Amino acid sequence: MKHQLDFEKPVVELQNKLNDLRQHPEKHSLGISFEEEIRMIEEKLEETRRQIFQNLTAWQRVQLARHPKRPYTLDYIRHAFTDFHELHGDRLFAEDRAMVGGFARLGGHRVVVIGTQKGRDTKENILRNFGSAHPEGYRKALRLMRLADKFDLPIVTLIDTAGAYPGVAAEERHIAEAIAVNLREMTLLKVPIIAAVIGEGGSGGALGIGVADRVLILENAYYSVISPEGCAAILWKDRANAAKAAAALKITALDLLKFKLVDEVVPEPLGGAHTDPAAAAANLKQHLLQNLEQVLAQSVAERLQTRYAKFRAHGHFVEQTESTANGVVPQAAT
Amino acid sequence: MLGAGMDTTTFTKKTLGLETVEPALTPPTGNAPAFTKKPKLGSGKSRTKKREMPEGLWTKCPTCETMLFDKELDENLKVCMKCNHHFPIGSRERIHSLVETCTFEEMDAAMSSVDVLHFKGASTYASKLEAYRKNTPLKDAVVTGLCRIGDQRVALGVMDFNFLGGSMGSVVGEKLTRLIERGTEKGLPVIIISASGGARMYEGMFSLMQMAKTSAALAYHAQRGLPYLSILTHPTTAGVMASYATLGDLILAEPGAMIGFAGPRVIKDTTQAELPPGFQTAEFLLDHGLIDAIVSRQAMKAQLIAYLEFFTAGKKAAAAQ
Ligand SMILES: [Zn+2]
Repeated sequence: MKHQLDFEKPVVELQNKLNDLRQHPEKHSLGISFEEEIRMIEEKLEETRRQIFQNLTAWQRVQLARHPKRPYTLDYIRHAFTDFHELHGDRLFAEDRAMVGGFARLGGHRVVVIGTQKGRDTKENILRNFGSAHPEGYRKALRLMRLADKFDLPIVTLIDTAGAYPGVAAEERHIAEAIAVNLREMTLLKVPIIAAVIGEGGSGGALGIGVADRVLILENAYYSVISPEGCAAILWKDRANAAKAAAALKITALDLLKFKLVDEVVPEPLGGAHTDPAAAAANLKQHLLQNLEQVLAQSVAERLQTRYAKFRAHGHFVEQTESTANGVVPQAAT
Repeated sequence: MLGAGMDTTTFTKKTLGLETVEPALTPPTGNAPAFTKKPKLGSGKSRTKKREMPEGLWTKCPTCETMLFDKELDENLKVCMKCNHHFPIGSRERIHSLVETCTFEEMDAAMSSVDVLHFKGASTYASKLEAYRKNTPLKDAVVTGLCRIGDQRVALGVMDFNFLGGSMGSVVGEKLTRLIERGTEKGLPVIIISASGGARMYEGMFSLMQMAKTSAALAYHAQRGLPYLSILTHPTTAGVMASYATLGDLILAEPGAMIGFAGPRVIKDTTQAELPPGFQTAEFLLDHGLIDAIVSRQAMKAQLIAYLEFFTAGKKAAAAQ
């Protein structure tokens, strides 16, 4: 098993040892039985996992969110949804394969599912542009969301992108406008929208499909206004300080939940979603369904009002009038 | 409540001493805030890029290199008399240049930012806020209020690049959202003049969410059929561009303004490609179809009045039928 992160190494080594022993039972140590030895390694593995993964730093979680083996949007669509029919194109300029979408079933519900899609290898990454969409991706997403709204199909969005693509063509075709229009239009769609950050929640590129009735985030995913590297480059003039920036920006699932910037954290298997993609997908499915059913139970008016109020409430500031400026403690508002 | 605490502000025309603002496409970094490079108001010491002369102070135009007499430059709304170069202008001066005298009722003048994340960088956010409040006449990066422009009542928001690079945090988002909501309630057109390096990273995800918040408020304003005019000034970038700045019924820009989503250095590093000439300028974006018109600062007020008359005349005629 390749691709391990530094802090995953002890776990991966034990796992390799276990696999090796299972394949070659004759190698087992003298003095104890084969079964005994397997059980001992398994226990050690569990203990090591617990030690490492119960107290991850923000930066370690960012690394897990970017893990090359982490399940991507289409993996979750495959495992948590059924009957997926992909739909292509923005009807304006192009088909953007960094943004996928189409009809699917989630449990008993027919929905439209949309998400940013990374590539698993170099070839696919070129096709998917490393999961960073051009304006066409956001316009395709909006086209599919309007389709969903017209035919009363709930919308599920899966977010996993380092950010919208910073390129000449993206600027020439107004990527900022494409994202902005999505923010405005998603506010008014009548159908339920459930968004889940499954890996990287990279700034405006993530928010561009992230205005929703419920915003979920996987335990090791992150959601940030700027990449830790970008923040480090600005604040410390050195991208090597990304770990410090990740901590300062408060971008982990638990931090975001504490600040009420997300509604729910979806637990991952111990060791990260990539260690058991099927279990990760099962968790996600359960949380998506539960939230979808709650939002479906609302009237359209109540749903839109609640959606507006949720985003309206984000922000911290103080309001001092001249008379309270001296001495009186200003009131914090949320 | 939205309506509470509206103050009336009167203006005296004065220079803010902020004419050497560096264009920036990323939030300002901050080791050295932009204003520390600039002289204090009224300090008689020699200024950078300025030559001291017995008669007064002069500024050199970065485009045509003409030495411009400060007093005349101020009277000309900080636009070069020779080549039309638009120097940065503070929010108060800009409001003064657009609204009818004594009609600007400022909203939420006392609102200010808090260090909600207890952000620890090279220096703290709290100390940065403190320094900007002390060294600029501003509480944060936007001034909002109701006013009259020509015969029209308007909800007007003007960003100010001099406060932390015009970055958008909770205060900018909240003040603009209240302004838009007020516009919606009262059936008023909204005008927002942007100048911003983008979302304020010191407030983390709270800053990002201001994009959704302001855009959502604009959704309901638009649903009532009310006009929204967005004016892009130098520079307008990133998170502000990806929210209210590009949602106008009309999108106008000042000549020569840098306007874009990603910073040019980021684009160059990512794509390893040469950037086309004039990339991310107002003129480039007009050619590429984003901007309705480029309007110079001197012509802006008359243009706004003309546009607003078209918007309201159409509605009035339809209502009369
Ligand atoms: Zn000039």
